[in-house]
Amino acid sequence: MSTADPDPASSVDPDEVLDCRGQRCPLPVIHLARRLPALAVGAVVRVLADDPAAANDIPAWCRMRDQEYLGAPAPGAYDVRRRS
Amino acid sequence: MAAALDDGWADPDKLYSAGRRARHLLDAAREAAAEAVGCRPEELTFTPGGADANRRAIAGLMRGRRRAGDTLVHSAVEHSSVLHAAAAGPAVSVPVDRLGRLDLDEFRRSVAAPGVAAAAVMSANHEVGTVQPLAEVAAACADAGVPLLVDAAQSLGRVPVPTGWSVLTGSARKWGGPAGVGLLVTRAGVRFDAPDPVPPVPVPLAVAAAASLRAALAESAAEAARLHPLVERIRTTVAATVPDVEVVGDPVHRLPHLVTFSCLYVDGEALLHALDRRGFAVSSGSSCTSSTLDPSHVLVAMGVLSHGNVRVSLHRDTTESDVDRFLAELPGIVAELRAQAGATDL
Repeated sequence: MSTADPDPASSVDPDEVLDCRGQRCPLPVIHLARRLPALAVGAVVRVLADDPAAANDIPAWCRMRDQEYLGAPAPGAYDVRRRS
Repeated sequence: MAAALDDGWADPDKLYSAGRRARHLLDAAREAAAEAVGCRPEELTFTPGGADANRRAIAGLMRGRRRAGDTLVHSAVEHSSVLHAAAAGPAVSVPVDRLGRLDLDEFRRSVAAPGVAAAAVMSANHEVGTVQPLAEVAAACADAGVPLLVDAAQSLGRVPVPTGWSVLTGSARKWGGPAGVGLLVTRAGVRFDAPDPVPPVPVPLAVAAAASLRAALAESAAEAARLHPLVERIRTTVAATVPDVEVVGDPVHRLPHLVTFSCLYVDGEALLHALDRRGFAVSSGSSCTSSTLDPSHVLVAMGVLSHGNVRVSLHRDTTESDVDRFLAELPGIVAELRAQAGATDL
């Protein structure tokens, strides 16, 4: 799945890092959903997650919630920008 | 069936009278299954299961075409038995869209590339029910001169048998027959070099497989007409009554009996067990329900939510009131699980 591949083009400095390593899905997505609305529009949060489902479910959550998925700057790291 | 149990114990390859009776039963079963599939009896072999048939189909096609090439082109959402066989050599996985439909342009390009030995595209997906555009797939293969394996495990006995394939496989368990019997159908003239002889399938099992396939086909039109609207009811009601749910798969080009959806913020395993306690036996493609902890490769290929996933498969004993009870209880179950996870207002 391309979403799991490191994507250097998406590399940005995140405004916040959410460490969800060791958590099983859907917990990383729940933590992302809880945290993102607390940040300013345009802010970027980097989710660290080692559950293999995160590579699929974080982009899927962004699509369902109309947030911007920026890509995976490294394995097990997923950048999301608050769009609304 | 009773005759098969009385006479089918003998070795059909032996010449004593019990062996000859077993041979007659096996030949009759093969003829009946062939008639149901729409092939000649000599093109059809009973195998020890559908996964075994897929493995043999791919190995036989690849060996038969080794002078043409060594690459297998397959859809990204094939059954794991096909993907395992594909992993034995060079393979091209053709993507699907969000509804699980094969990317036909990409498939045409891939299958026409040099070095392609064979292609494998399922008739319909076992997890999300999406039916593949097999007429276009078969035309692309014919244009490229590449033999096509169609894994019809999900559709045999439920919808009309596809056409245009070189090799077709099926699984008796999936049409309501016995476990441990599959079908491997190889069209006459297809270059096929079987890797090893197929172990004999017990005659009573072969007879049961053929009889159940005929029975399933005989009622398939009526069953499809009954189940198709029930699945439609599940799709629309779940989307309307459960917040933040993604109903998965092609809403139109789909199997009549299968529906899959994913509930945001819900643990798939917890949902499966909660439904089980209320008498609903469902499956899930969520990672927490798999032995490997990986999410379903089908859901990932489609890019749809994989957690909180439930797959509902309706069968001949499923009634309308079963479906209504499921739909009445599901919203409360999902709400309770979200409350337990502290994910109610996200």
